[in-house]
Amino acid sequence: MELFWYIAIAIVLAVFFILDGYDFGTGIIHLFLAKKEKDKEVIAKSAGLFWDSNEVWLVAAGGMLFMAFPTFYASVFSGFYLPLILVLWLIIFRAIGLELRSQFKFQMWKDIWDVSFGVSSLLLALFFGIALGNIVRGVNLGGVEKGVSVYEGHYFFLPLWDSSFSPLSKTPGVIDWFTIVIGIISVITLAIHGANWIVLKTNSTINTKLKKVVFNLNSILAVFTIFSLVIWQIINPNSLNNFIDNPYLMVFPIIYLTGLIGLFFIKKIRKDIYSFILSCLLIIGGITSSLASLFPVLLPSVNAVNDPLTIYNTSAPEYGLSVALNWGIIGFILISIYLIIQKRLLGGKIDAMDYGH
Amino acid sequence: MEDMLFYDRLQFAFTITFHYIFPQLTMGLSLIIVFFKGQYLRNNIEKYNDAAKFFMKIFAINFTMGVVTGIPMEFQFGTNWAKFSELTGSVIGQTLAMEGMFSFFLESSFLALFIFGEKLMGQKLHFLTGFFVFLGSWASGWFILATNAWMQHPVGYEILDNGKFVLENFTSLFSNPWLLPAFLHNQFASVVTSSFVVASIGAFYILRNKNLEYGKLFLKTGVIFGTISSLLVAFPTGDWNAKNVAKYQPASFAAMEGIFETEHAGAEIVLIGQPNMQEKKLDNKIAVPNILSFLTYQDWSRQIPGMDQFKKEELPDNIPALYYAYHIMVGLGTIFIGVMFISAFFLWKKKLYQLKPLLWVIMFLVPFPYIANLTGWYTAELGRQPYLVYGLLRTSEGISPTVSSGNTLFTLLGFVALYMLLGLLFLVLVGKTINEGPKHQTH
Repeated sequence: MELFWYIAIAIVLAVFFILDGYDFGTGIIHLFLAKKEKDKEVIAKSAGLFWDSNEVWLVAAGGMLFMAFPTFYASVFSGFYLPLILVLWLIIFRAIGLELRSQFKFQMWKDIWDVSFGVSSLLLALFFGIALGNIVRGVNLGGVEKGVSVYEGHYFFLPLWDSSFSPLSKTPGVIDWFTIVIGIISVITLAIHGANWIVLKTNSTINTKLKKVVFNLNSILAVFTIFSLVIWQIINPNSLNNFIDNPYLMVFPIIYLTGLIGLFFIKKIRKDIYSFILSCLLIIGGITSSLASLFPVLLPSVNAVNDPLTIYNTSAPEYGLSVALNWGIIGFILISIYLIIQKRLLGGKIDAMDYGH
Repeated sequence: MEDMLFYDRLQFAFTITFHYIFPQLTMGLSLIIVFFKGQYLRNNIEKYNDAAKFFMKIFAINFTMGVVTGIPMEFQFGTNWAKFSELTGSVIGQTLAMEGMFSFFLESSFLALFIFGEKLMGQKLHFLTGFFVFLGSWASGWFILATNAWMQHPVGYEILDNGKFVLENFTSLFSNPWLLPAFLHNQFASVVTSSFVVASIGAFYILRNKNLEYGKLFLKTGVIFGTISSLLVAFPTGDWNAKNVAKYQPASFAAMEGIFETEHAGAEIVLIGQPNMQEKKLDNKIAVPNILSFLTYQDWSRQIPGMDQFKKEELPDNIPALYYAYHIMVGLGTIFIGVMFISAFFLWKKKLYQLKPLLWVIMFLVPFPYIANLTGWYTAELGRQPYLVYGLLRTSEGISPTVSSGNTLFTLLGFVALYMLLGLLFLVLVGKTINEGPKHQTH
């Protein structure tokens, strides 16, 4: 039952990063590449129409985590206190940036909210990548000092950084050179994803240019991917054990590689939806590969005193999980219906759609 | 430890107060929007459709604010109240996860369709999407109240040796005797807020002699919804809630009613007075004898335990705040009933639109239902103190063990600054929308 909810939450999270991921990516592209007002407007609109229904997936993931793995939820949310609150603030700036730009017609007003949307999207992409880096690297569970836990073994508190900025430190912080690398990978991946989304949903004048941008970013991503695999080995020499023991898990890295290799042919791809699917594969593959490498661990411990958090030592009891399965299935069916209805009515290019007021 | 608890509580109180400005409008307003849209479907008069679309704009602004200030609420259970989350997550995680799954998806998916899809869908489907938005927002209220009801009056659980609460009976979360009265009271109160908003925009248009046709429609609709809902908030739902508090949280009941000493021949009802905690009495008290006993138990001489009957550790930790919150809510609720009934009377006599003084009153009353809703929640939350889960888990035991007070103060200051900015932008946008008025769109 733990396994079922673990997979369900992983799916919800992956959907969140695919859906809201294109909003973040759209913001990054908007920040750096949209110059003409017409393009700015339509690119902001391609995120503005959808951000709030996309963000619901994050809320859903949070709620499910609370219900199924309360100990993990409590530990991680209090342990990553500062970065999480920063993410909340950025989410607010992203949202008001999108919602406010069209409210008044003068350029200065639009510029303010464009920056709010673009910068917060960029930072959100970076922070979510850093978060993944932290999960993979592990934390000082129990706040161990000189071999003694300061807190209960499943609690911790991470400063934003440790003076060494090293993931190999005994008390690593949120930001170190490893998590920064993962953060950059996240920014590049989501920028690619956002560019594909813009090409798919709009007739902006930079669409042709964006395909070139995707190609270039993808080359950088390939380099960073190899680099991150090498440093991951340094930080956690056991990171490949799961894949060696269970070769079928290789399907996840293969999903990622399919996306990565496929995107090198972006200029040849005739249908925009295919390139969008390829960047979805990047996101799905990236998240699932990381999770598969850790499984059943949810958060590794960097000290030998306290055990890592796993899906078994942080889950709610059996009764609650199986009751939730009943309503969970109904919920998933309903959500699928909404998505199909929404897709049918708001599908296609959005340029002419009347957004705002 | 003391100031950790203080800042955690302050941050939660501040963020939830600001957040609840928005859902209390959207829940009630979605009902009124569905009403306008339904009227348009029935009699095909354009102004009803314009009214629905106009209030959907106001709804959308409030919805956005509600979403962005709502996510911090869910996160704060983990960030600031980790121990509470760890111990109770397997119970209230159910209702919170269900809120996400059954209400937020519904609300957000259909809101986008309602706003952008009128031409694509045709009128009947458009009405239906509006109805689903309404359903989603009320479902959200239901699940939050179910969560809160469990904290006020825990049911269907078992406590393990390690202190964790474990769900034992899922359906009892929803058959909790605390839930239905609290839910209905809360929902009708949100209809009161939106009725006042609708009516006061109407009064504003009439007084300014602008958008007159809409002004009259809004005023009339607001007054009718307001009359019914303000009455339902007091009776039966308010009464029903008070009886629940008397039954399940007698210490809180004594504190909120301001009964310091037990009176054996029946308790008086306090109308005005200031709690004097040093001398344990009310200063400048005006009270009516025996009424409280009658209202609570339909028995004039029934004894109601005063605060002298409870140990200090069982009594709420801020008795004056609880007492004031409760009395402000009740006082305002009474004023709303009065104003709405007078307005309804003149509406019936067809004199309301010319009665300028009353229109001014309606227009300026608009902040007060917000205050009444918030003080109502303060009554519930302060009354539950010093517990998170009533009688079982103390508030001081629920905070995050690793988050220092300095970090919480830092984020609290950030939230204050950010929310001030949001509040300002919100007022600008709503003001602009009201000023532009409902537009008749030509196809």
